[in-house]
Amino acid sequence: MTIEDLRTIAENERQAQKKFQHHVCVCIAAGCLSSGADQVRDAIKKEVAEAGMAGEVLVKGVGCMGLCSAGPLVSVETEDQLFANVTPEDASELVRSIDTGTADLKHCDTAVPFFERQQKIVLENSGKIDPERIEDYISNDGYRALVTAITEMTPPEIVALMVKSGLRGRGGAGYPTGLKWSTVSKTGEQAKYVICNADEGDPGAFMDRAVLESDPHRVLEGMAIAAYAVGAQNGFIYVRAEYPLAVKHLKTAIKQAERLGLLGNNICNSRFSFHVDIRLGAGAFVCGEETALIASIEGQRGAPRPRPPYPAQEGLWNCPTLINNVETFANVAPIVRNGAAWFAAIGTEKSKGTKVFALAGRVANTGLIEVPMGITLREIIHEIGGGIPDGKQYKAVQTGGPSGGCIPEQHLDSPVDYESLARIGSIMGSGGMIVMDETSCMVDVAKYFMEFCASESCGKCVPCRTGTRQMLAILEKITAGEATAADLALLEELCDLVKNTSLCGLGQSAPNPVVTTLKYFHDEYDRHISGEGCPICKEHAASSAEVSQ
Amino acid sequence: MQTYLGPVQPPTDDKRWKIVEATARRHGREPHALIETLHTVQECFGYLDETALRFVASLLCVPLGRVYGVATFYHFFTLKPKGKHTCVVCTGTACYIKGAQALLSAIEKTYGIKPGETTADGELSLLTARCLGSCGLAPAAVVDGAVVGRIGAPALLARIGKGIRP
Repeated sequence: MTIEDLRTIAENERQAQKKFQHHVCVCIAAGCLSSGADQVRDAIKKEVAEAGMAGEVLVKGVGCMGLCSAGPLVSVETEDQLFANVTPEDASELVRSIDTGTADLKHCDTAVPFFERQQKIVLENSGKIDPERIEDYISNDGYRALVTAITEMTPPEIVALMVKSGLRGRGGAGYPTGLKWSTVSKTGEQAKYVICNADEGDPGAFMDRAVLESDPHRVLEGMAIAAYAVGAQNGFIYVRAEYPLAVKHLKTAIKQAERLGLLGNNICNSRFSFHVDIRLGAGAFVCGEETALIASIEGQRGAPRPRPPYPAQEGLWNCPTLINNVETFANVAPIVRNGAAWFAAIGTEKSKGTKVFALAGRVANTGLIEVPMGITLREIIHEIGGGIPDGKQYKAVQTGGPSGGCIPEQHLDSPVDYESLARIGSIMGSGGMIVMDETSCMVDVAKYFMEFCASESCGKCVPCRTGTRQMLAILEKITAGEATAADLALLEELCDLVKNTSLCGLGQSAPNPVVTTLKYFHDEYDRHISGEGCPICKEHAASSAEVSQ
Repeated sequence: MQTYLGPVQPPTDDKRWKIVEATARRHGREPHALIETLHTVQECFGYLDETALRFVASLLCVPLGRVYGVATFYHFFTLKPKGKHTCVVCTGTACYIKGAQALLSAIEKTYGIKPGETTADGELSLLTARCLGSCGLAPAAVVDGAVVGRIGAPALLARIGKGIRP
């Protein structure tokens, strides 16, 4: 495979697509799929065939378009129209509208902040290309970065490029990607591994799933460039078994890339060979931690081990291992294509580029968004997210899942970057963003996350195993209205202890939701203790009793 | 690398054991194939029983204790057979905020089962998922493989009730 071969494939694909005057794209990512998008696609295909338009209308299933709350989404590209909540019954009207240009369907306005305020790098192909066809990816500049890297650049040049770009790990901690690559590349010539961490365990986060489902080749390309840069021969994608569609698309993508010689032995007739295999997770949140993930790939229980040695020195089967998140790898190809300066110009001084967030909860527009770093939370929630529905009041936004914190109104204007979020007690995390309004009791929310951490603790170290249980017990006591001020003091002490003495990130960050709610919503804790009780909890109890009768 | 591993007799002449063997062989019957092999067993049989665990242990030459340890460590693996119908309620953050607890307590009241349990007649299993990733459709549940989103307790009960009588 040479750059010319790649151009030929891209050109052929473009010609083939040009034959069709109209492109109808149906979102078949998991969000829309659960509202019946596959039936919509089949119905449209059938209608197109019956109308005798099969030669001029191309119907294709594409990845996530972002606005999951309005799914299933269908776009008619040539007319620049986006339809929301499409049902199979709407298919005939939609096909008719291709001729007339007007449709009696629910239009989705694309000239709104939700679409206009986004800046897409990771999701640039998402919702546009067919994730199951490598040709479609190649015709959108796909694999150009990999071929250029192998044929025209040396591994140290690529590492230097990553350092210069300022890209930081998108898994949550924000470790500089270039630095990690350079550590692994300096370990000399030996067996090395590249691992893609796709064990997206945070409840309320679905960014990685969307990327894998919508554009799997982008992740493979990023991994292959990384492998070339650090000198690795084998790679693994550790993906949740709960994401069957992502696994299916990945398997297809690996096969296609191998067939074209973009993965496998002697890529681009060079000495560089790279093989990728998929490993399925089995529902353990702790396996998102890198050393636990490695243990899981080795076929063991997912228990973390102390670091150092870091995986970059001693990882999978004691070989130097590069572990990056899905979104990090997805950023690699655009950086190689457009240069480090281009990437470094986006975002803030210390946090470069864009970040994908999964916006959910009590917000009007739920779905997947990609925004430049440095945007404020207020812009995300009130402009892109469309504010709080049903005339309710904003209360808090939870970022970073069980490891993050709840951010109140007074901090809504703080910019979204690694340092600013840490300063107000939360973390960037992998990108889950759950908005809560006045109907959520913050103590109950803290209890929910503690329940999660207690159940997901692997049990290896004592502070996490017993500490989370004890904190949960106190939180249960508080919500039951049986706690005293002494319990609250003990809870604070436990937070400090678990945070500072746990072995891995799970335990170290487990107290975050409690710490931030104690800090910003102390009055709600007081209400639970003082005997007057929490009005929100009472209302919930009353409504669930009503339902069960 | 490992030394030659002799053939292991499957517990029964059920064809599905061949698929399990194939997975183990694809990974050279190395111990690290344990999780992949258990995935195949669960895919083929629906759950992992003692016979399966013993077979996998001898197939990969790993101690039964380690197989049991791995099978019980990961939430995805189940050691009990599931009911005829299943209902998975998502308890991710977005669903929790929008009332997943009400769905669970409604099912508990009606069928007398808690998450992870199956009714005595083996008709219905109630499960929870950490996050289905359908946060835009919260609260969401999966009834017999089909995702239902933005669902209230009465509608969910009606949906389950279509298949079974309480």
